[in-house]
Order: sequence, then C-alpha cells, then structure tokens
Amino acid sequence: MDGRDRVFDDRTPGVEHEESTANFLSYTAGLVLAILLTIASFVVAQTNLLWPPGIPVGLVVLAFAQIGVHLVFFLHLGSGPDHTNNILALAFGVLIVFLVITGSIWIIANLNANMMPMPTNISR
Amino acid sequence: MTLATIDTPRAAVPTEFARGRGGGGPSPKRIVVAYGFWIFILSDIVMFSGLFAAYAVLSGNTAGGPTGRELFNLRNVFIETMCLLFSSYTCGLGALAAERRQSALFLIFAVLTFVLGAAFLFIEATEFAGMVQKGAGPSRSGFLSGFFTLVGTHGVHVTSGLIWLIYLVAQVIAKGLRAAVLRRLLCWSLFWHALDIVWVGVFTLVYLMGDFH
Repeated sequence: MDGRDRVFDDRTPGVEHEESTANFLSYTAGLVLAILLTIASFVVAQTNLLWPPGIPVGLVVLAFAQIGVHLVFFLHLGSGPDHTNNILALAFGVLIVFLVITGSIWIIANLNANMMPMPTNISR
Repeated sequence: MTLATIDTPRAAVPTEFARGRGGGGPSPKRIVVAYGFWIFILSDIVMFSGLFAAYAVLSGNTAGGPTGRELFNLRNVFIETMCLLFSSYTCGLGALAAERRQSALFLIFAVLTFVLGAAFLFIEATEFAGMVQKGAGPSRSGFLSGFFTLVGTHGVHVTSGLIWLIYLVAQVIAKGLRAAVLRRLLCWSLFWHALDIVWVGVFTLVYLMGDFH
C-alpha cells in the first residue's frame, strides 16, 4: 500500500495475502465444504439417519461448522498475531449474540413455565 | 542470558513497521476501513441475533394457524441456499479479479453474483407472496410475525446488497479499479459474505428445525 515492504501488517477479514492460486483454491475449498455441510444439514433434517431426539443438536453443530468454513475460507480469518484485532472483535460479537439468544430463550421459557393457567379462550 | 532469549523474537521485527497497536504509526487506510466495516458487520449480526431470539421464542405460538411444517418447501429453500452460496463464491472470485486489476473478469463475476442474488430474492418473494395468499401473512400468528421479520430483514439486506453492487459496478466502469473503489469493493464483499453466514442460521433454525418439529 505505502510502498514499504511490510513485515507485520495488520490484516483484515476478506483479504488474503497468499499467492493468487492459493486464493482461488481457498474459495473453491470453502465452496465445496459449504455445499457438503448444507447437504448434510438437509439430509439430517429429513431422514432418521441421526437418532431423532439428537437432530436439533446435529443441525446446530453442522450450522456452526459451516459458519466456521465461511469465516476461514471466504473471510480469510486466521489465528496469527496479525489477526488479533479481528478475532477479538469477532469474539465480542459472538459473546453478545450468545447472551441475547440464550438469555431470551431461557427467560421466556421461565416466564411461560411460571404463567398462571388461563382459560383457553383468553390465552389463545 | 534470559533477557537476550526473551528479546530475540521481538528483535526480528523492526520497530518502524506499523502494527496497528500503537507502534510505528497508523495502519494503511485499506486496513482501517475494512476493520471499521468488520465492526459494523458484527453489530449487524448482533441485531440479527435479536430477531433470531424473537423467532426462537415465538416459533411455537401458531395461534391455531399453519405451522412451519405445512408452509415450508424445503426443496425451494435448498435452491435458495445454493444460489446464495454460489453468489458468495463468485463474489470472492470477483474480489480476486479486482485485486489483480482485471476489470473485465471482475465485471463477469459481478454479473454472476447479481444474477444469483436476484434469483434468491425472486424465490423468497414468491414464497412470501404464496404464504400471504394462503392467509398465512405476518399478522396471522406470533410464529408468522417472527418468521416474516427475521427472513424479511435478511431479504432486505440482500436487496440493499444488490443495489450497492450496481452502484459499485457503475463506479468500476466510470472510475476504474483505483484504490478508493477497491476499498468500497472490499467492504461490499465483506457484507455479502456476512449475509451468507446469517442465511446459514436462518435455514437451520427456521426451515430445517421448523420442518423437524
């Protein structure tokens, strides 16, 4: 960018510093992995391949795996020292998302469980 | 001796190189811009998490109306998912072409990305219209309010991404692939990849788990 040969650049998601072939391969590998994980999700949801009570857990695991594939192969997030800022921001985002989603589900389930029984014509 | 061994790895890095952590001056503009946009994307995902939470809480409250199992067509959802995934791929290849200043190749990939994104939106709009026609609009039940808010917000993001892409293609044609345009393209590709990540959550939580229940 500024003409100097920078040894320890900060990096940013979406930018790959490797050679162009590695870049192309990274996108293609990401695509193939994401397609496989998507097909796995749809198969698991529609068949009894997995133990039926375990299907939601299986779907969540497959979704997290696919999100990881997107982050690594499409957004090029890495674990090196030049990625510290990006990973820290991501970790904070994941923390907030976790708090909002699990907190909401937990609180509302608790409220539902402690609700006074109501006549059906009012509660519906 | 101990001091020397501790210092050895640090000594390999000359201090004049900026590392964005206070030493050696600020990072280049491209890094700063994209990092700021990364923060925006994360806050956008935090907003989506609120909608996900609302949907998860409301998904059982069908008020005697249709359930997800009766409404969703998983074959369409699979096609939608593939459209978005392949558009993310062509977006990445387009960004590569732009980086290498191959504007013709970039334009081809931009058109492919646009067509795939538009196909996704078309399938989604058809699905929404069909549901409203069946009397399963957003006002039917809490479940459907949550559904239309979550999936609709994602659809609005995809729409704005497509409008943004048209604007960027016009800039590439008018101004060429200069540094400022490349920075905007980088932000846009981050946005587009992030939409695909949100969609992974949508098809898992809304469509696949909705079909399973």
